[in-house]
Amino acid sequence: MRFYIIKRLIGMVPTLLLISMIIFVVIQLPPGDIVTSTLDRMQSQGVEVSAEQIINLRAQYNLDKPFVMQYVSWVGGFVIGDMGYSYLFSKPVNELVWERLGYTLLISISALLFTWVVAVPAGIFSAVRQYSIGDYLLTTVMLVGLATPSFLLALIVMYAGYEWFGISIGGLFSPEYRDVPWTLARVGDFLSHLWIPMIVVGLGGTASTMRILRANLLDELHKPYVVTARAKGVKPLKLLIKYPLRIAINPFISTIGLLLPVLISGEAIVSIVLGLPTTGPALIEALINQDMYLAGSFLMLLSVLTVVGMLLSDLLLAWADPRIRYE
Amino acid sequence: MSDPVPEDNVLSIRDLAVDFKTDIGMTHALHDVSFDVPRGKVTAIVGESGSGKSVTANCIMRLIQPPGKIVSGKIDFAPIRTDGYDIVALSNRDPRLLDLRGDLISMVFQEPMTALSPVYTVGNQVAEAILCHRNVSRQEAWQEAADMLTRVGIGDVSRRIHQYPFEFSGGMRQRVVIAMALVCQPELLICDEPTTALDVTIQAEILTLIRDLQQEFSNSVLFITHDLGVVAQLADQVVVMYQGRVLEIGTVRQVLKDPLHPYTRGLLAAIPGLVQKGSRLETIASVVGDADLETPYPLTHMADGRQVSLSPTLLREAGHE
Ligand SMILES: Nc1ncnc2c1ncn2[C@@H]1O[C@H](COP(=O)(O)OP(=O)(O)O)[C@@H](O)[C@H]1O
Ligand SMILES: [Mg+2]
Repeated sequence: MRFYIIKRLIGMVPTLLLISMIIFVVIQLPPGDIVTSTLDRMQSQGVEVSAEQIINLRAQYNLDKPFVMQYVSWVGGFVIGDMGYSYLFSKPVNELVWERLGYTLLISISALLFTWVVAVPAGIFSAVRQYSIGDYLLTTVMLVGLATPSFLLALIVMYAGYEWFGISIGGLFSPEYRDVPWTLARVGDFLSHLWIPMIVVGLGGTASTMRILRANLLDELHKPYVVTARAKGVKPLKLLIKYPLRIAINPFISTIGLLLPVLISGEAIVSIVLGLPTTGPALIEALINQDMYLAGSFLMLLSVLTVVGMLLSDLLLAWADPRIRYE
Repeated sequence: MSDPVPEDNVLSIRDLAVDFKTDIGMTHALHDVSFDVPRGKVTAIVGESGSGKSVTANCIMRLIQPPGKIVSGKIDFAPIRTDGYDIVALSNRDPRLLDLRGDLISMVFQEPMTALSPVYTVGNQVAEAILCHRNVSRQEAWQEAADMLTRVGIGDVSRRIHQYPFEFSGGMRQRVVIAMALVCQPELLICDEPTTALDVTIQAEILTLIRDLQQEFSNSVLFITHDLGVVAQLADQVVVMYQGRVLEIGTVRQVLKDPLHPYTRGLLAAIPGLVQKGSRLETIASVVGDADLETPYPLTHMADGRQVSLSPTLLREAGHE
């Protein structure tokens, strides 16, 4: 097992290198760069820029170096923890990403938990009571949830909150807590804001998770090993959980890693609507302004998270399923 | 009918009928199935596939699931350990149902490869049978499970008990399932084609094991098979089924030596081993000829204690009245 983990960790290096190359190429693809977009902005404000200034700017941003050198210095910096400088925010990228990444992770993970807490009992119910009124009702509700775009849901929730409860629910903090150090009260305020993005981001995956669990469980419910256990006299609830559910859950464990990118990109749209200080809005802003170090760092960190997430879910699956563990 | 000796039956099935409501309509899986399972003996149910053998067994364990339904009949169960009752009449929530399954009656299934959950060790699954029915510690349950696994012929138990089913061969898994079925010392053991899915050599081993264990624990066994050779080896009493009905009941000697029903004769003629070399292998149909298999004639008690379902003409030929 330890050998397997080490092997997987080593295997992550080429994967991440390849991803870093693709990211670097892709963020440079649009015509122009940070200098041209800065110049555009300055010129539109009526500022004259001399040719000399342009050369200076390019040198300052390393843009005069060959493409490959730019890439190497970026990746090299990344390895030692220097993610470059954000022209857009005029700050080192390091100071910008971590807090936002933390919020993104928190929202994604709580959305995942929300999805499971709602979808698993619903899936079990509609499998055990297949074709009952409750099954149809749950399926309908879930499909409506699936079909509603998350940004629309975010708008509806915001509108409802403002219209009926008179509260403004954008952001992750109330105004008085926005720029103060962490205290217990701030944590409380944060949690009271967290549930809205949690539900809005999580709801989309709930329907599909429930339907897949229902299908998996229906496949397992009448398998011979379930009949054997029933014939042994195992009580109904324990039987359901220990035998068919245990197997029906397994495929989900392996998808946790895959779900993370979906949640993170879902979170981006919702964050823009709700005005959340997460990675999504900043990444889009950085891409629009061709702030390549900021954009590249966000994308790279999200890729690392995804790759690590996949490893974690593989390990979890090996823990849950002896057939995989012994291979 | 008067019985000379009062019978000691662990199970008396009377007029059992089961329907399956499917998309294409109603299937009558069993109609008016009646037979007894004498205590301490091996009763075999024989019949071709689809004749209702498994459905009968599942009725006894109350394992019939929708779309199947027991529409009528009764199964009188007379255990020694506790008061008897009609299994069919138990409600789904009756606590006696959980004692019945695995404690008083247990079952060995046809498919050893899929009969165990792949994610729990065999020790866990065998010990669970004990923990479901008796108030013992986990440790004691595992100890008893280990003893029983040794008894059914699994070597190196202290190591193998912690292994998962996929680390066992088919024959070994069937031994595990047998251990699981016997560990609570049931009064009736039902074996539903326990060797059909196994290699021939392994089949013989498992049959020997079941016979030895039956003699050791002297419990009652209901053994389901389509193989008359197996019946000859194991059974005391034989029930022949066809299309959800009982055609003939008798002792193993009566039924195999002197079958009354043409269908039983057909079954016997179709055993390859019993046919002389070079002669044509008979099909059941050729022996049965034009005997009427479609009309459900009632079971008639014959003079020598056996029962058969025949048309009045054939009954008279068979020497009834
Ligand atoms: N789950 C089911 N759904 C529909 N019909 C069934 C089902 N199980 C059994 N039956 C019906 O009952 C008949 C007897 O089946 P079974 O008892 O399994 O036969 P066997 O004698 O081979 O064990 C089948 O021919 C079929 O028509
Ligand atoms: Mg069968």
